[in-house]
Amino acid sequence: MCLAIPARIVELEADRAVVDAMGNRWKARTTLLPEAKLGDLVLIHAGFAISLVDEEEAKKTWQLIAQIYEFEDTPNKVSG
Amino acid sequence: MLDRINKAQKLMNAACETLGRQINIMEVCGTHTVSIFRNGVRSILPANLRLLSGPGCPVCVTDQGYIDAVLQLADREDCIIATYGDMIRVPGQDDSLETKRAKAEVKVVLSSEDALQLAKDHPEKTVIFIAVGFETTAPATAVVVKEAAAASIDNFCILSGHKLVVPAMRALLSGMNNKIDAFLCPGHVSVIIGYGAFAGIVRDFGRPCVVAGFEAVQIIEGLAEICRQLSAGRAELKSMYSAVVTEKGNTAAQQVIGECFEPVDGYWRGLGKIEKSTLKLKDKYERFDAFKRFDISESPVAERKGCRCGEVLCGLIEPPQCALFGRSCTPQEPVGPCMVSSEGACAAWFKYGQGKRHK
Repeated sequence: MCLAIPARIVELEADRAVVDAMGNRWKARTTLLPEAKLGDLVLIHAGFAISLVDEEEAKKTWQLIAQIYEFEDTPNKVSG
Repeated sequence: MLDRINKAQKLMNAACETLGRQINIMEVCGTHTVSIFRNGVRSILPANLRLLSGPGCPVCVTDQGYIDAVLQLADREDCIIATYGDMIRVPGQDDSLETKRAKAEVKVVLSSEDALQLAKDHPEKTVIFIAVGFETTAPATAVVVKEAAAASIDNFCILSGHKLVVPAMRALLSGMNNKIDAFLCPGHVSVIIGYGAFAGIVRDFGRPCVVAGFEAVQIIEGLAEICRQLSAGRAELKSMYSAVVTEKGNTAAQQVIGECFEPVDGYWRGLGKIEKSTLKLKDKYERFDAFKRFDISESPVAERKGCRCGEVLCGLIEPPQCALFGRSCTPQEPVGPCMVSSEGACAAWFKYGQGKRHK
């Protein structure tokens, strides 16, 4: 629950943004990160940007998230 | 990356050999727990280094009394419960939000803002946002409470169960488990509170506190740094996650938390009552406080029979030591929250360890 997702700000109006991560787009707020600009990569947690993040770190986290999704999708397979 | 892992592993082995005793390092973040298991980190640890999964999963640490308060509110026909998905399967005394869904209006939201939007869309109902989580989710709740106040959206309120990480770590060392030698501190909580927030633990308890990222190599390097400090007889504060964690953290987020909330004594599963560890809405926002609006209290109640989640959360036992583990308590039919949440220690042990010791 405390894992934030890196995403790029692709639209921004005041503190309301649309962000993109791995092709998924959703709405987020930049209220907690007033310095965020259009095009920035940010960490999104529970719908809010909480930090700027660089490309390399974003990639690592995306990989981790992919792993965790795999983890969550497989409970039946490993319960044997 | 292999070079980095090898180097860290050598450092860890040498330090643990020098120490020559059992070393207990607690990770205080559910995402670390999952990553540690997922990547098999435990398999490369020295024999005398033990990892304990601490109170780092928000769903797991939420007290049974709070869960029961949520379920009580779900019975009201004039209300909609808006909750993060993680909470939906946590069992109360008799049922869970999931089983209540047939009768009660329970909506899963991805953000606090979605909950506020529900209130705007359903003026005939009161929307109660189940506000749980640590310092990562608390500012998001605070922002919408302020907005509800500014726009007079009076059919919105929150049931705050927000918890603070540092008071729990202090409580553990002060009594419940003083065998913890060091903490691997949470990554994204630290983005908000800053790594400086752990300085008091290093100073007052002489325990190393190291913030690490979530990748296996980052975790292993964090553990190696802790071992290095311990073997040198030192306790230092260090962040190894400089990509996103600063000493002071996100001050805008801290500010909005401080504006809306005040820390009060609160109940944690397994850890009991901890001083100034739970966030309560300040008086000026009390009309958005669901505890006050519906005159309910979070009274401490016993855990479900046989469930030892409390001891797991304190690092006193490992999940397989619980008699229910893998028998009457599984991810499909969980008894305790540590098995419900995908970030819970029991779920991680079950899915990756399948009840066997993971070493």
